[in-house]
Amino acid sequence: MAEPIPKIKILQGAAADLSAATYQIHDESHTIGNALRWMLMKNPKVEFCGYSVPHPSENVINVRVQMYDNLSSLDALTKALDNLDNLCETVEDAYLESLRTDEFERWEEKS
Amino acid sequence: MSTDYHPRRLVNVGAERVSDVASTDFPGHYPGEDHSWDLQKFKQNLHVKIQRLSNRSIDFDLVGVDASIANAFRRILIAEVPTIAIERVYVWDNTSVIVDEVLSHRLGLVPLNVDPAFMQFKTHPDDVATDRNTIVFNVEITCTRNPAAPKGSSDPSELYVNHELLSSHFQWKPAGDQQSVFEGFPTPGPTNPNIVLAKLRPGQAIAMELHAVKGVGKDHAKYSPVATASYRLLPHIKIKKPIPPALAEDFQKCFSPGVITINPATKQVSVDEENVRKDSVSREVLRRPEFADSVELTRVRDFFLFNIETESAYTPERLFPEAVKVMREKISVIRGAVEALKAQLEGTGAGDVEMTDA
Repeated sequence: MAEPIPKIKILQGAAADLSAATYQIHDESHTIGNALRWMLMKNPKVEFCGYSVPHPSENVINVRVQMYDNLSSLDALTKALDNLDNLCETVEDAYLESLRTDEFERWEEKS
Repeated sequence: MSTDYHPRRLVNVGAERVSDVASTDFPGHYPGEDHSWDLQKFKQNLHVKIQRLSNRSIDFDLVGVDASIANAFRRILIAEVPTIAIERVYVWDNTSVIVDEVLSHRLGLVPLNVDPAFMQFKTHPDDVATDRNTIVFNVEITCTRNPAAPKGSSDPSELYVNHELLSSHFQWKPAGDQQSVFEGFPTPGPTNPNIVLAKLRPGQAIAMELHAVKGVGKDHAKYSPVATASYRLLPHIKIKKPIPPALAEDFQKCFSPGVITINPATKQVSVDEENVRKDSVSREVLRRPEFADSVELTRVRDFFLFNIETESAYTPERLFPEAVKVMREKISVIRGAVEALKAQLEGTGAGDVEMTDA
């Protein structure tokens, strides 16, 4: 009970070289699941990637990654997370830039 | 604005069906084309443009991202951007007709003007309340008869004193260094002072202590910082065949106001590219046999029209950056866990590994 739940673990049945593995990420949902799946699929070395929320009352997602050329899916995961972070940064910068420099309608709304 | 979109960017809207919904920009989908992740390319294609901003809401375009990304931000806005809300209510006295638990629930839903950046999360609900994680309000109100009420009046606001418990009756009780922390900022309280929480009659009284804490929308909707956070795809209308001048007005009425313009001289119809975004894509035009073959209705798959309405201490323009911040925190937590997992696997030699938290 007192043992902390790991944020990420490899589910049974993964290839020994991790070229194919299912990762279970704790306390995440479609929010990260779908975005991460998309970014993994943008990697040409990824043969297959999919995610699921196994049960709505279990607060986890399963991310399945299969690689070409026996590459490590864990490395692909790291890369996808880095790319996703770069994406977020770019979107945020673009938003703030527009807020600073663009002309847009300002209006008063009653509450 | 360019009116021609690459056909791959369009989602088809038919009379009874949609098609080409899924994106296809993945490596290996089109032979000989490179669709792998490229930050530079992404930067070039990304367009963010604020359209409208009010004191309560913001409209902006997010162009050049996949639906999974836009949806992640939308979901975070609703469920994971933190706010402050009343979580615990200590009822000393409540003789009103609303029972304690119902009144407590109503109190929890009141939006507060406290900037969540000033507060910390309670790591566990049963943690001791401190000046860093809890804001305390007092509510004390007794209803009495108004001795100066005009004769024959039946208006409760004239007959009685304090006949309503309003959100403006919350009295902030600063603790610790809160007084100095909130100096120069609005006094902690409700964003709207006029919310009626209970009605009272002479002799009835309410005395309570309210504890507000930091939380997220996925725990309870009262913590959600937005009234709505939604997006839709930009409509795109292509007129394939000329519309007979006699039917021009009929054609115009098939779309939302302002979307179709008619040349007053020639009665030629055209799509107003500035206003297509206003179209509701009702598909009325496709129900008309005389028009169905003359027009193509589509939406642009990567052109998101966001609308966010704040219902919290955040100004509307601050919400989206907060959502991105939450997203990046999530990524960094997973990233750290992946690194730890990798180190562990290398340390023990891949195979059966005992998982412990990093």
